[in-house]
Amino acid sequence: MAELFIFFEQIYRILFLLIPVLVSVAMIVWLDRRVWAFVQKRRGPNVVGPFGLFQTLADALKYIFKEIIIPASSNKVIFILAPIVTMTLALIAWAVIPFSETFVLADINVGILYLFAVSSLGVYGIIMGGWASNSKYPFLGAIRSAAQMVSYEVSIGVIIINVLLCVGSLNLSDIVLAQKDLWFVIPLFPMFIIFFISALAETNRPPFDLPEAEAELVAGYQTEYSGMMYAMFWLGEYANILLMCAMGSILFLGGWLSPIDLFPFNVIPAPIWLILKILFLFILFALIKAIVPRYRYDQLMKLGWKIFLPFSLIYVVLTASFLMYFDLLPGN
Amino acid sequence: MIAHAIVFYIFSLIAIVSAIMVTVSKNTVNSVFFLILDFISISCLFIMIGAEFLGMIMLIVYVGAVAVLFLFVVMMLNVAQQKNEWFNSSGRSSHIPIGLLVSIIIFFELIIVIGGWKYKPDLLDSIAIEINTDLTNTQSLGSVIYTDYIHLFQLSGMVLLVAMIGAIVLTFRQRSGVKRQSYFKQISRGRKDGIELVDVENNKGVKIDA
Repeated sequence: MAELFIFFEQIYRILFLLIPVLVSVAMIVWLDRRVWAFVQKRRGPNVVGPFGLFQTLADALKYIFKEIIIPASSNKVIFILAPIVTMTLALIAWAVIPFSETFVLADINVGILYLFAVSSLGVYGIIMGGWASNSKYPFLGAIRSAAQMVSYEVSIGVIIINVLLCVGSLNLSDIVLAQKDLWFVIPLFPMFIIFFISALAETNRPPFDLPEAEAELVAGYQTEYSGMMYAMFWLGEYANILLMCAMGSILFLGGWLSPIDLFPFNVIPAPIWLILKILFLFILFALIKAIVPRYRYDQLMKLGWKIFLPFSLIYVVLTASFLMYFDLLPGN
Repeated sequence: MIAHAIVFYIFSLIAIVSAIMVTVSKNTVNSVFFLILDFISISCLFIMIGAEFLGMIMLIVYVGAVAVLFLFVVMMLNVAQQKNEWFNSSGRSSHIPIGLLVSIIIFFELIIVIGGWKYKPDLLDSIAIEINTDLTNTQSLGSVIYTDYIHLFQLSGMVLLVAMIGAIVLTFRQRSGVKRQSYFKQISRGRKDGIELVDVENNKGVKIDA
């Protein structure tokens, strides 16, 4: 009986986390379009609800009532699985994100590795969708995307090593607590920049949105998808973007910690700080979408392998030597 | 404890069934997807016995990188067709001796591995390093790999480096006539190299891009 109670309590906690995440994904889509519009001196979605806040809900409603078309020559099982995989992977990663010292669903030892593993699995949704469509443009988009995501994961991994050298633990709560005195964005500023750009490439955001470059590939791997399945790809993508922002704020911006430990700041509850930091990073994402033109494919690969990877490797050596020389290594 | 056992049997069942499906399924891409499912369930089993670092690394390396490349190759080349040709070719009898040899060797290796299980208690007694249960998995691995086993660690790094260079040497080819962007050339180009005045002869045209 007690086990059953624990089971239902866990389900309640999971829902308490996932439903706000889904709602905020919907809000973030609206925010993205608004920021994009303001940069281009347009108004953006402003009709449905106050400030157009319910625009995404209206869109979702539209998608639900649309017909789902499955191409006759596609591999049907994999075709249907692809958006489900994307969506699931984008949501399960939130289990380890710590919103405050106590508010975390699963405080596991290897939290950062779990996040890294889940984000590296994200490529499967895209490959499966692109291949199962049995059509040229989706397949080209899937191949591009797989190469891109695998390449930029490598530099993200090396950047994570930089942070871990300063922390001495793979636990996300420990990573946040290690930044109590100094956020890692200050000593590791170049790594933060590279992490941010790699996160753009990892989530297929502009200027690295080559997998769905509409001028060349129609809509990339999503070309054959319609209705709710398309919407799931879309939700998964934005949930992934939010996740990357959360990862950036935990690794570099001190997670739930307030900027200064003084009166007006430390009264504000911890989750609010994390949400504010995620929002800050997301607005940067949205601004970059509006400002920077799309990269060419060979430039993208060159940037990943020939510039980011060597630079972050050199920075690992620098960080390690610095910590060793000044006897600042954590632990022991 | 019961819940633990149930979860263990679910994962091991998935692992075994998907391992069988890898070899049985006709479509090569489906085989690779079953292989991925197998990797995932095995890493879940690793996590269940408390080897969370190994499980996560398995997910990152095998599922996140190796299997993606597998999938790539299988999707790009038409492996399914080649496989069918391989099995249906007229000289099929020539594959059977080699196949039998390999499978017999693997069979005996498996017997040796399972036979080793008998000596497991002795093996646990003869462990060189004390198992410290206070440390986490990652810490104890790190403290051993970079001290006691540094030579093996460096050696495996060397093997990987050789494999990497070998792969590059094997696939590297220089094609002529490919236009590549060179940042250095672009930046160091002055006004004088940019513009050239040419007297064009009638009906001849000019050759550009020499």
